[in-house]
Amino acid sequence: MRLNTFLLLCLLPLAVVVAAFFIMPMARLVAVGATGPTGLAAYAAILTEPRYRGTLINTIALSAATTAATLAIATVAGLFLQRHRFPGRAVLVALLTFPLAFPGVVVGFMIILLAGRQGLIGDITLALFGDKQVWAYSMQGLFLGYLYFSIPRVILTIMAAVEKLDPSLEEAARALGAGPWAVMRDVVLPALRPAFVASGAIAFATAMGAFGTAFTLATDIDVLPMLIYTEFTLSANIAMAAALSVGLGLVAWAILALARSFAGNTVAAAG
Amino acid sequence: MTTTLWTVWRDRLIFAGQLAFTLMVAAFLIVPAALSMMAGVTVSYFRGIRSGVTLDWIMQVWDLYADTIARSFLIALSALAVTLIIGVPAAYALYVRGGRLARTVEEIITLPLAIPGLAIALALLLSYGGFSDFRRSWLFILTGDVIFTLPFMVRSVIAIFAATDVKTLDEGAASLGASPWRRFRDVIVPNARPGILAGSLMVVTLSLGEFNLTWMLHTPLTKTLPVGLADSYASMRLEVASAYTLVFFVMIIPLLVAMQMFAGWSGGSGARR
Repeated sequence: MRLNTFLLLCLLPLAVVVAAFFIMPMARLVAVGATGPTGLAAYAAILTEPRYRGTLINTIALSAATTAATLAIATVAGLFLQRHRFPGRAVLVALLTFPLAFPGVVVGFMIILLAGRQGLIGDITLALFGDKQVWAYSMQGLFLGYLYFSIPRVILTIMAAVEKLDPSLEEAARALGAGPWAVMRDVVLPALRPAFVASGAIAFATAMGAFGTAFTLATDIDVLPMLIYTEFTLSANIAMAAALSVGLGLVAWAILALARSFAGNTVAAAG
Repeated sequence: MTTTLWTVWRDRLIFAGQLAFTLMVAAFLIVPAALSMMAGVTVSYFRGIRSGVTLDWIMQVWDLYADTIARSFLIALSALAVTLIIGVPAAYALYVRGGRLARTVEEIITLPLAIPGLAIALALLLSYGGFSDFRRSWLFILTGDVIFTLPFMVRSVIAIFAATDVKTLDEGAASLGASPWRRFRDVIVPNARPGILAGSLMVVTLSLGEFNLTWMLHTPLTKTLPVGLADSYASMRLEVASAYTLVFFVMIIPLLVAMQMFAGWSGGSGARR
């Protein structure tokens, strides 16, 4: 058997599975999106119909806020953990990356325990101010949940990027009289920019598509994945659900593709 | 002298501030998980740990949801088998062949990481929902899991090929007259073992926790562990939901620890190459 034939045989099973269970279904999804009463206009409705547009804007705003907050938090913690060696550091890193494999539903439950009706924050605010704070079932709760699953991922990327920084650049800046803030602003943060773009894009795309967390917390939260779910199951508006998921998929994919052309490495979201 | 003293104090202050901040972030992540583990073995969460420690809730979870746990393992191990059988040879072909075709294929199989699970699940439902025997069986969920976990297996194996310069080994074996199949079995696979192991850990961990696709694909008779979790969060008392979450943690933590040991090969969260 010639090598090329063998390689083709190696690739064949994967090609069959991916074609049958991914490429063809996705093509079907795009086609079904245009089978509603309005045809192809269903795709335009994502932007023109006030309810869909409002949800889209909500989802984008929430994802952007999550991304910005996660990047800020993960940069402070990641820089610290990569730059200092102290007893207990390994444990701390393990704790910060522990939630990496939590499904969205479990993250939602964590937020309920933290800020729900029987939650810790409620108990503390009740004891301190006599006022029970319950955030879990609102946009704030969803924001906390998205932070919860974004922080571990972004911290790992930032730590890896900090490890690759050239320390002599910072030494040079310090030797020239730059204080710690100036070194941070002019040397470290600019050098970390590709990592910010890559991990920020992942955080954004993951937040856009996150369903499990919203599903656990949602009573009346308007985000795109929940809208798709209710259109499909409650309203049985299958064409609109398909059009909305194609739209959602396109936004998530475009953000990642954009980040990759900028940062030049393989960027992908998970979960 | 005073400036150096000031610098020392300033650096200590910065260190203390960053440490406090990092500890707070860790607390945000860990405190709810700890609360949940505690609640799962507490007689009454409302009265706290003083109400006593019990395994009753865990027992109750076992009675109610043992089938979901078994099914999740069945699906995760099947997903592992499928991704190994179709993923490892494909990774070899893609790496050795290289070029534009290989890049395009890699690009396509990585798409499920960018496209939200909900969209993929809808696509599968629209295409195969009509085949009712398939739709009703756990194989339908397996399909979604395979599409979602496949890129992790392929990329982690390709990464190890690149790191061990497997092309040279392959060419060496070829020059000694070994057939492609023997080379694959005796040279390629043994050398790819760390990547295969890392990829396997990712596949099993992700499959055990998969919810976004599974929620759409499951039927009342094919509930998996995460589906059961969502169910218990909505309808069970907090202690039972916590005990169920505790069972999930116990399953997933050894996998996570093993994965961290191989983080170098799997590329951390799978986000990087």
